Amino acid sequence: MLTDFVPLFLMIAMALGLAMSLLKLAEWLGPKRPRAIKASAYESGMDPVGTARDRYSVKFYLVGMIFIVFDVEIVFMYPWAVSFRHFLANGGGLGSLAVISVFVVILLVGLLYDIKKGGLDWD
Amino acid sequence: MYDFLLPDMGATAPILLVALIGVVLVVVDSFSNDSASIPWLSGAVLVAAITIELARVGVTDSAFMGHVMSGGFASFVNVVILLGALGSVILSVPYLSRTGHNFGEVHALILIATAGMMVLANAGSLITLFVGLETMSICLYVLTGLVRDNERANESALKYFLLGAFSTGFFLYGIALLYGATGTMMLSDMPAALVETGRTGFFAGGVALLLIGFFFKVSAVPFHMWTPDVYQGAPTTLAGFMSTASKTAAFAALILVLGRILPLDDVGLDTRHVLAIVAAITMVVGNVLALAQRNIKRMLAYSSIAHAGYILTGLAAGALGYAGALYYLLAYTVMNIGAFGVMSVLEWDGKQGAEQTIDSLAGIGSRKPLLGVAMGVFMFALSGFPPLAGFFGKYFVFAAAVDAGLTWLALIGVLASVVSAYYYLRVLVAFWMKKPEDAHVSVQSAAFDVPLFSKVVLVACVAALIALGIVPGFITEAAGAFFVTPEATALLP
Repeated sequence: MLTDFVPLFLMIAMALGLAMSLLKLAEWLGPKRPRAIKASAYESGMDPVGTARDRYSVKFYLVGMIFIVFDVEIVFMYPWAVSFRHFLANGGGLGSLAVISVFVVILLVGLLYDIKKGGLDWD
Repeated sequence: MYDFLLPDMGATAPILLVALIGVVLVVVDSFSNDSASIPWLSGAVLVAAITIELARVGVTDSAFMGHVMSGGFASFVNVVILLGALGSVILSVPYLSRTGHNFGEVHALILIATAGMMVLANAGSLITLFVGLETMSICLYVLTGLVRDNERANESALKYFLLGAFSTGFFLYGIALLYGATGTMMLSDMPAALVETGRTGFFAGGVALLLIGFFFKVSAVPFHMWTPDVYQGAPTTLAGFMSTASKTAAFAALILVLGRILPLDDVGLDTRHVLAIVAAITMVVGNVLALAQRNIKRMLAYSSIAHAGYILTGLAAGALGYAGALYYLLAYTVMNIGAFGVMSVLEWDGKQGAEQTIDSLAGIGSRKPLLGVAMGVFMFALSGFPPLAGFFGKYFVFAAAVDAGLTWLALIGVLASVVSAYYYLRVLVAFWMKKPEDAHVSVQSAAFDVPLFSKVVLVACVAALIALGIVPGFITEAAGAFFVTPEATALLP
């Protein structure tokens, strides 16, 4: 029974091992020539100003949450889109379209609710 | 390729209908904020779903390639869940309007939670079980924290969410291990797969984790810590919804899992002992801790823990006890919706009326006779007084336990319910035998009337409890027919 899972455990071990060993290797082998700019905090090209413990408007979190929800749910549509030709060839085109439409409509209702309730109004 | 879709949607129509209207309510609410039509719509769809399910109790069917059950057992449980939801919706409208929280979202969330509960209770596979559980739980987390400006509500919602998410993790690991051990997700294929693989350590681990997930949802000791805080912090009518419908769904799913993959009568006795011990601890701890409560909602929370113990006693008895447990779930739903309903009327506003205790309600029975009498019936029913439905519920589960050779468990159960009479009847003493002058000042001066909708539900609950108590036969016959073993039917009157 347990032997069935050996490939799985092997993969987990390899993933863990690679991730950890690559970090360590980079530390050992990489050249170290620090300069003031390199050593500063990375802020996507901007000069880091002030402290990192700043207070942000709660609106950022709202938009962030909404983004995560829709972003993750879009991921579910990729496998469907990739398999759509297969569905068409097997005569399930309309049915699978209906099924994914239900999913999209539910998402749409969420978006509608969000817009109507003012979740996307910045001010 | 999708030929099965339409007939299967017909077989699961009540679930889909409730979920669909739940989504429609979100749209209605976004165009017309907190529209007055929303509660009507949600009540109407619940009535429609109950009608459909009642017509389907006689048939046994499954849908979506066996992933969802339909008809028979599933319909019976759905009716109980839908009744709980309907009672909560009707009680919620006046209660939440008074406190200014009758949002349209509440009803959408109740409907979607109800759909999730029905999916959970009708599950034919482990995946369906999980989807239903999550749909239900997430809506309940939101409903708990409905009163955003109340600190206690926020606290209870956060506690419920964190602990609930954690227990869902256990549940999911259990599913993963069961799948790993047997190679199938379908509950109906599990017994055959088990014969092939035997009861491996994987399987035992999966069952243990799954049971922990279930024990949390039905608030069995030692996984009960969240219950008092959540029921006290949540809006009262919604606490009633949580304590009845979600428990019914979780117990039904537990019956499905136990009946399918762990038939206690065939395979060893370990699981039966686990269930029996948990049931015994739950009954004792729930009842003893309820003795010390002065806040009535908190007392009802501990009482709901104790009742989970009684129902677990029925489950520990195996197939003999399932029908009794189903009857118990129906009776418990009616009496608890009623008890929380009375409390929701007594909390006439969000400030003075909140946090009612034994002391603050002294003498309320003579001022509001309807509430006093109704509460009397619910308290007697909860403590298991003979002519009412609560008594027969206890009789069926304890008789099944004795029949299954668990006499010690039935004995603990009977003793525990004797203890419970103290705290149930203490509420009645406060309601009727104390003078209004003893009460908290705010209650004396408060002028509030009993809303019509609440009256209707309370009277219906009282009538149902008496009717179920006088003629329990038609329910137990229907419930017994789902578990057609000769022993199970012999036990019923």
